[in-house]
Formats: sequence, structure tokens, C-alpha cells
Amino acid sequence: MHRYIWLVPLLPLAGAAINGLLGRKFRFSEKLISSIAVGSIALAFLITFAAVYSYAFSSNAMWPQTYVTSQDGAFNFTWIPGGAVRITQGANWSAFETTAEEAVTKAGARAPDQRNQSIVTPGVTHGGSALLNVEWSYQLDALSSIFMLIVTGVGLCIFVFATGYMHGDTGFYRFFAYMGLFMFSMLVLVMGSNFLMMFVGWEGVGLCSYLLIGYYFDRQEAANASRKAFITNRIGDFGFALAIFGVIATFGTSQYTDVFGQAASYPLERLGHWGLLSWIALGLFIGACGKSAQLPLHVWLPDAMAGPTPVSALIHAATMVTAGLYMVTRTNVIFQHSQTMMMVVALVGAATALFAATIGITQNDIKKVLAYSTVSQLGFMFMACGVGAFVIGIFHVMTHAFFKALMFLGAGSVIHGMHHEQDMRRMGNLRKYMPYTYLTFLAGWLAICGIIPFSGFWSKDEILWNAASTRYIPVGWIVWIVGTIAATCTAFYMTRLVAMTFWGKEKFLNGHDHTVEHEVHNHDHDTLEHHTPIPHESPASMWVPLAVLAVLATVGGFVGISTAFTGGKHIGGRMNIVNFMDPIIWNPATHYFGKEEMVDSYGKPLEVIERRAALTTQALPVESPAPYGSEGFNLAHAAEAKLGSETATEWLFILISLLVAGTGIGLGFLFYVKDTRLPDIWAARLKPLYQASYNKYWVDEFFGWAVTRRVMDLARGVFAFDSKVIDGGVNGSAWLTRLSSRITGGTDQYFVDGVVNAIAAFVARLMSPLFRAAQTGFAQNYALVMVLGLVAAVALFFGADIARAVKSIFALGL
Amino acid sequence: MQFLLFNFLSPALGLLFQTASNGRIATAWEKAQHPDLSKFLIIGSLLFIIGVAGVLTRRNIIVIFMSIELILNAANLNFIAMSRYLQDTGNVNAVAGQIFAVFVIVVAAAEAAIGLGIVIALYRNKETIWVDEIDILKW
Repeated sequence: MHRYIWLVPLLPLAGAAINGLLGRKFRFSEKLISSIAVGSIALAFLITFAAVYSYAFSSNAMWPQTYVTSQDGAFNFTWIPGGAVRITQGANWSAFETTAEEAVTKAGARAPDQRNQSIVTPGVTHGGSALLNVEWSYQLDALSSIFMLIVTGVGLCIFVFATGYMHGDTGFYRFFAYMGLFMFSMLVLVMGSNFLMMFVGWEGVGLCSYLLIGYYFDRQEAANASRKAFITNRIGDFGFALAIFGVIATFGTSQYTDVFGQAASYPLERLGHWGLLSWIALGLFIGACGKSAQLPLHVWLPDAMAGPTPVSALIHAATMVTAGLYMVTRTNVIFQHSQTMMMVVALVGAATALFAATIGITQNDIKKVLAYSTVSQLGFMFMACGVGAFVIGIFHVMTHAFFKALMFLGAGSVIHGMHHEQDMRRMGNLRKYMPYTYLTFLAGWLAICGIIPFSGFWSKDEILWNAASTRYIPVGWIVWIVGTIAATCTAFYMTRLVAMTFWGKEKFLNGHDHTVEHEVHNHDHDTLEHHTPIPHESPASMWVPLAVLAVLATVGGFVGISTAFTGGKHIGGRMNIVNFMDPIIWNPATHYFGKEEMVDSYGKPLEVIERRAALTTQALPVESPAPYGSEGFNLAHAAEAKLGSETATEWLFILISLLVAGTGIGLGFLFYVKDTRLPDIWAARLKPLYQASYNKYWVDEFFGWAVTRRVMDLARGVFAFDSKVIDGGVNGSAWLTRLSSRITGGTDQYFVDGVVNAIAAFVARLMSPLFRAAQTGFAQNYALVMVLGLVAAVALFFGADIARAVKSIFALGL
Repeated sequence: MQFLLFNFLSPALGLLFQTASNGRIATAWEKAQHPDLSKFLIIGSLLFIIGVAGVLTRRNIIVIFMSIELILNAANLNFIAMSRYLQDTGNVNAVAGQIFAVFVIVVAAAEAAIGLGIVIALYRNKETIWVDEIDILKW
């Protein structure tokens, strides 16, 4: 079945095309549009499910090998045929010149129908030159399996929800066309088999994000937010594009399997050493920062909440913003080669996690809180990647997709039920009116807070444990402390959100006005109910997806159950996400892929596999060497030295993480349920901190001052230069031309014409009587002149002869 | 007049009526067989001069036509004389002169026809055939 994965991105595209191109023209009904959109996604999900099963779990599973559709010809399209493009790396160019010349000549000499066959094995001339052959084919391995399942599965829930949420909207067909296009782009992003396909998907999701944030384009803030998102993402894309160029220049190919196979044998670049791969990793990380809203490029994500809530759930919580994580994990070989970049990733992630979590505490817009929560959780994921636990990062992506999509959809349901009220200060006690939403939301709340056994606990606890016990970077303990504080804040603001929304007094009854209206769109249903301030439960099409996601958010974490609970082993075989994803994670200590099980996923030569098979038979060393040599201060090791056993240490950290979650929830309960005066008191007491958090640390203002204003000043300056200097020059030359033309014109008029006129006047005055007199009009006069002329001519030529003849006649003496 | 006749024209007349050295008839016969070219040329030039003078001096357009005919005939006479002269020298192209003369006659006839047509048109419009009353060539 995995031969048919090319259908997966195609189905949403087809659905989007039908809805988008025909929906308006033929006035599709909402039911038809919904069934096309949901049907295409559901089919894609089914195919994905079958493909992943057949790839990883069936009797003849390919796992852990990587499956690329061009391998067995299931789907292959030469997207950018090589031959004309020559990739070089300057340093070694001269040494490989002959080879490259030959290769290019050979490629040019091929028959047209064979051009797409690669004669140069991509990457064999690494460091020198090669022909760039980019194919459009899909790759199925552990990482893309998980992402495909998340994208289509969570996407399906959100699509179903959106059919209820967007009911009555005039742009129904447009919404689902954009959403389908987004699904297509996202699937291309995660399924592509090379960097360029990832880039296509990357830009595609960026475009769809822009379109969907600006879905209510008639509202200024939505239009501004969409542009802000687009422009901020361009900054990241710039780094990403540079990194792709770096990859192509270094490895001579953009195919993952080739690039990573080569990169595995590159030397490690330790802390402070900025080698080739560090620079590539930096470019990639800048791209990831833009897409995944990390500091300092996070500013677009909270504003992106101007889009419809399903969009926020799908794009800005569950899938698109995790594209950065996908990319970092996909290129973990490159990142792990650079200890510096690992540290940068970890620290940026930690900083973002704490930063966004503290902002989330004071926001009043329910979607803004969730948005900052998303930024914070993305920070957690990058934290995990930075400390070397890429699998845990992806695990958190998965659990986060479940509970954050759930909470966003729950928020959407609340907003829907509250008639487009987003301010939490006007809610309260909604559990009475929206029981399903409330119950499902509770699951999401417990999950994100990290309460055992909800899914968020497993992933977040693993992240913190890996941060504390990391041997990749020397600052793991800082990351752990920051992460723990951020986790406390997370529990606190999420409890606050739940308390303000679902518990407490009903605040919507008094003073409900329409001054703060968000997402105003045409609801032509339930006009009577619409005007009553009483909230109502959402229809089944909205709470059923919530229920599905709630179940996933509750039990989804068991695929990555902590080793402390299972006797220090990752149980469950391939069903355990750690084992499942192991083959694609490079191990810097051994320079091979895979850590727990000795597997190979990037087409190594056979002897390497055999060598590694030999390695497996040996007992794993109890204490493997640190990947980059020295490891600095290690919190977990320090604790282990005191406690004496690794399992005890792990339990200690689990208890700490549960404790901080409990503290956060307890504080939230205290502040927003027990004594509702406390928030104001503490806000007054910690006024500077409160103000900073409430105003989002003035990052927007800072960017406005430091970037936007400077750019505007620059633009103004350039405009002034243009209008004064350039235009001045142009106008000056025009003036000069006018002046010189006036001079030459005068000369012409008065001098040249004067001379001509003078001559003409002279002729007219003096000569004309003469000539006029000659023209008598009598034919005989003309004839006379002719005869005279004849006589003159004869006289001229024969005058002497005639004179002589006459003289001789007279001389005869007659 | 006397001066003109005897002092100026007499060499020409003398040239025209040269005295023969042999017997008169034989000489005349021989002269008829082998005419002296210069006599014809002189007569031709006189004809030409008379024609030109007529064209330049006469007012009646008909007479001018007749003078033009004289000019043409002067040319014809030259052609014929030269042809005959060349025949005597044995030149094979001698007949060309006669053919030219025929052509000239044809052209003269055509010219006369057209010319007289013009004269008639002119007379109908201007009511005159006196050339000194016709100065429309000026315009």
C-alpha cells in the first residue's frame, strides 16, 4: 500500500481545486463543499494509515529502511533535470574539473529520452562538482509517517469541525479551498524526498497561512496580521534558502538519502568551531525559527489568531508551525555535527518557552493565550532537539498536535457558542452551557499541564529529563531550569484560562455588548438565538472532533511511555515512538544512524550494516562516551551521584515535573477560583512585571521602532534621494537639453535662416527680372536660343576648322 | 548686295559649279555617276539654314512647319549624299543612310499630323495662328 502514497497529497489538492475553481461558479451548497473537502482528507488519511501500516507494521515491512517512491518506480518525476546545471565548490574545483567537464559533456550528449536518467551518481564527487538532478518523489520513513498521520488525522478532525464552525459564512468554498491547498502543501513538505520539495511545501504552507490569516480580509487587523506573518516568514525562508544552497554546494545533491549518507561521515564540529555544517545548520535553524515562531521571529504567530479558529488550530498550532521541528529533525545529521548549533537550538527553545509562557499569563483573549501557549510549547520542542532528543521533540509535536488542536477547537466552540466573544473576562461558568466542550477541554488542559497519565505529561517530562541528563551540550541544567519554570507558568495560565472560561460566575449576562466583536461573519441561522447572550452548545459536527481529539490527548502519550515506568527499556517494539524513529536519528558517538537498535535507513554499503550487526551482538556499553567528548556539568549525573541509581534519578525528575505542574495548577486555582481578588492585588504588586507581560515585553513595539521605523526611514531617505538627486539629475538634464535646444533653435532661426533668406531675397530682388525677362513664352525665342547654343557649340568645336576652310576658300582667289 | 554676291558668295558658287577638265558631256556623265559630295553638303547646309531662319523669323505657324520640313529634308539630303558617297567607297553599311532617310520621312509625316492637330486646337482656342501672339509657354 505504501506504493500509493503519492495519492495522499494529491487528494486534498484535487478537493481544493474542485471547491476553489468550481465552488463559486456553480454555487456549491455547503453540504457539497463539506463532503468534497472532508471526503478528500478522509481518503488521504485512510491511505496514509494503510501506507504507514504496510511500511512499518505489516509482515513484509520496509522499516527501518527508507522508502522513496522513485526506488521502485511507484512515483517518480524528474522535476529539475540535471545536465545543464553544474554545481561546484570553489575550493576543490580545479582537482575535479576534468571529471566535471566529462560529466557535463556526457550529459549533453545523451539522447533526449534518456536525459532524465542520472549518469552521475549524485554526490559521488562530493566537495567537487556534480550534476544537480532533482526529482519529485515522496519519501516514507519513520519521521514522515508520523507527520503524515498527524497532518491528515488531526487535519480530518479540524476539517469536520470547520464544517460546523464556518456554517453560514459567505466564503465557505474559499475557506475549504485554502484549507485543502494547505493540506497539500503540508503533505508535500513532510513527504518530499529532497530539500527542494520541502522548500516548495514550506513556501506553500506559508502562502496558505497568509491566505487564511487574511481570510476576513475586510478587517484591517486580519489583513495586517497576514502580511506580518508573510513578511516574518520571509526572513526565515531566506536563511532556509541559503542553507539549501549550502547543502547543494556541499553535497552536490538535494536528495535526503544522499545528503545524509554523505554528511554522516563528516567530522564533528565542537563548541565554538564554525565549520561548513554549522553554517548550514544555522541557516536551517533561522528558517525553523521563522516557521515555528521562535525568538525573535515569534511575533507573527499571536497576530495570526485573526484568522478563523479552525485555521488557528490546524495551521498555527497542530501542523504548520511544527514544520520547523520536522526540518530540524529531518536534518538532525547536520545539526548533530555542530555542537554550537545544538546549543543555540536548545537555548533559543528554552528562552522562547519561558518568554511566551510568561506572556500567556496576562493575556485576556482566549485565542491569544493559546497562541502564546503554542509558541511556548514549540520552544519546548526545540529544547528537546537542542539537547539531542529529536525523537522526544517529535513526540511532543504529536501530543501537542492532539491537545493544542483540541484546545483551539474547544476555544472555537466557545467562541461559536458565545456568539463571537473572545474576551475571557466576559465568559465564566460555561460548563453549564457547553458540557461536551467543557469535558473535552479538560482533557486538553490536563494534558498541557503535564498531569499523569495525559499525553502532555509523557512528552514534556521526557523533554525535561533529557534536558537535565543531556550529554550533548554543557548547559543542559540551564535549559532544565528554564523549562521547569516555563512548565509551571504553562500550568498556571492554562488553569487560569479554564477557570475564567468554564468556572466561576457567569459574566456574559451583565454588560454584554458588541463593542468587542471578533470574527464577525454572516450567520443567517438562529437569528433569534444569535441575539440572546446565553451561550449554547455547539452542533455535533463540532463536538465529535473534540471528543476524538480528547481521547487522543488522553491516551496519545502512551506511545512514548517513560522508561522509568518500564524498567529502563523502551518497550513495545516499533509501537514505541522512540524505537520507531530511531533509524533516522544519527548518533554522533558512533557516526551511524540509530541508537537503541542498530538499524540503517540511508542505504549504507553492506559491510557497514554487517559491522553494525556485529556491534549489536555485543553488549551495549553501560556508559557510552559523550558525543562531543567533554560534557560539562550534568544535572542528572550530579543527582545520580547522590541517589546512586539512574532509575531513582529519573523518578526524582518525574516527581519534580509533576510537582511544578501541580504548583501551577494550584496557584491558578488559588488565584482564579478561591480568591478572585488575588490577581489584581498581585498585578499591582508586581506592576512592572505585569506590564511587561501584558504588553508582550514590547517586542512588537521594539520591532516597530528598530525595524519597521528604520525601514520606513530608509525608504523615505531613498525616496528623497530618488526625488531630489535622481529626479533632479533627470530634470536638470532635461533643463539643459531645453536650454541648448533654445540656443540652437535661435541660431537656426536667426543665423542659418537669415543667411538662406538673405540669399533668397538677393535672388528675388536682383536676379528675378533677369530670368523673368528670359521667359518670354514665345516658342521662337526658345528656338533662337537653341540655335544660338548650337551655333556656339559648333563654333566651339569646329570654329577653327571652319575658319580655316573659309580662309582657304578666300585664298583660292576666285 | 553686289559685294555680298560677288565677294562673299562667289567662292561658294564657284565650288558648286566647278569647271570640268574633260569633254563637257563625258564630264557631266561622270559627274552624274560620281557626284561631288561637297555640293550636296553645301546645298544641305543652305537648306538647313533657310529652314532655321524660317523657324526663327516667320510668324505664321504654318510657314514654321514648312520650315521644319525644310530642316528635315536638309538632313535627308545629307543622309542620301553620304549613303551614296559611302557606296562609292565600297562600305557595306552605306544603305543605312537611305533607311534613315525613310525613317525621317515617316517621322516628319507623323510630326506634321500631330503638329497640324495642335495648330487646329490652338486656333480654336486662341483664334490666331501668329506665333508672336501666343506666349502661354511662359506659364
